[in-house]
Amino acid sequence: MSKFKKKTKAETNIPTSALPDIIFMLLFFFMVTTVLREQEILVEQKIPQATQLQKIQKKTLISYLYVGQPKNTSLYGTEPRIQANDVLINTSDIVLWVNQEKDNLSEAERDQIWISLKADRDVKMGPISDIQFELREADARKLMYASVGRVENN
Amino acid sequence: MGKRGRMSQEVNAGSMADIAFLLLIFFLVTTTIASDKGIMNILPPKQDPNQPPPEVELNERNIFNILINANDDLLIEGEFRNSSDGLSEEIKSFVMNFGNPDEDAVELFNSLPPSLRGLANQDPESSDHPMSGGAVISIKTNRGTGYEKYLEVLDEVKKAYFEIYGERVGLSGEEYRALTGQSAAERELMDRGKENLPMAISIAEPDKIGS
Repeated sequence: MSKFKKKTKAETNIPTSALPDIIFMLLFFFMVTTVLREQEILVEQKIPQATQLQKIQKKTLISYLYVGQPKNTSLYGTEPRIQANDVLINTSDIVLWVNQEKDNLSEAERDQIWISLKADRDVKMGPISDIQFELREADARKLMYASVGRVENN
Repeated sequence: MGKRGRMSQEVNAGSMADIAFLLLIFFLVTTTIASDKGIMNILPPKQDPNQPPPEVELNERNIFNILINANDDLLIEGEFRNSSDGLSEEIKSFVMNFGNPDEDAVELFNSLPPSLRGLANQDPESSDHPMSGGAVISIKTNRGTGYEKYLEVLDEVKKAYFEIYGERVGLSGEEYRALTGQSAAERELMDRGKENLPMAISIAEPDKIGS
């Protein structure tokens, strides 16, 4: 026993005082990048891949529309539906929704609104073009097809 | 002072790591790294029902037709295709063809760097010039076309334009695309890239067959 004690006394103090700093750094990174999801997504979201992605600088200008097959097919059926905020809406409600979203912005920013269309990759162009038509009606013509990056292999 | 310091200056900071770890794990679990990225598209203004859309006279040679059917097959300039590989190169040479440039277009041509001038085949069957009223890329889908395929094609078209813009200002397509326009220098580069060379992508209303 005494032998052991001697050994441990010799050099076991690893300086751990910097450990909290490292952890804090990681913590801050995640705190900054995190977005607490305030709404439940009711439709399938397999975002398509693309290469030519751009970013919108002002996030407050973006409003999201989710399109896809409902997750709860027994309740909402299998046809692709549109989700705005936390409810499923019909195509004809889009104009109303856009106007509500515009009201949330300040006067000067109202016409700069961007719609981010988060559509599932299995959706057909029919519903997408209906949405585009409604967005034109609502004069929210800045549309972004949300997609994730793909590594190019040439 | 010295004595007191030697007594107990060290606060036990070992548990700090534990607290931070707990917080870290919480954020790790709840995080979804926001992906506000995507392909940007500006929709045309809405049509006035009382006023029919203005008939724009465009020569067939100035339109690069891309049709996508409900089986996700492509018909590019009348030619059947089932993949979109290499489409961006074709679009680049279509846009930069300068088949029949007018005075302004000649001026534009002379301002381009040699690498872009090399793309000009001056094919009389292809586009006249890339300025407004010239080359247009037309994408027409079917209501049954997959959204993914449509995006893939739009991606290729965008790539062609970003590469042209980039080359004009001495950047790669990637670098040009990453410009945000937040500083005056970046804005100037962006404007110089697309000056007189509008991104003319026309997205036609899909037809109803096969939906």
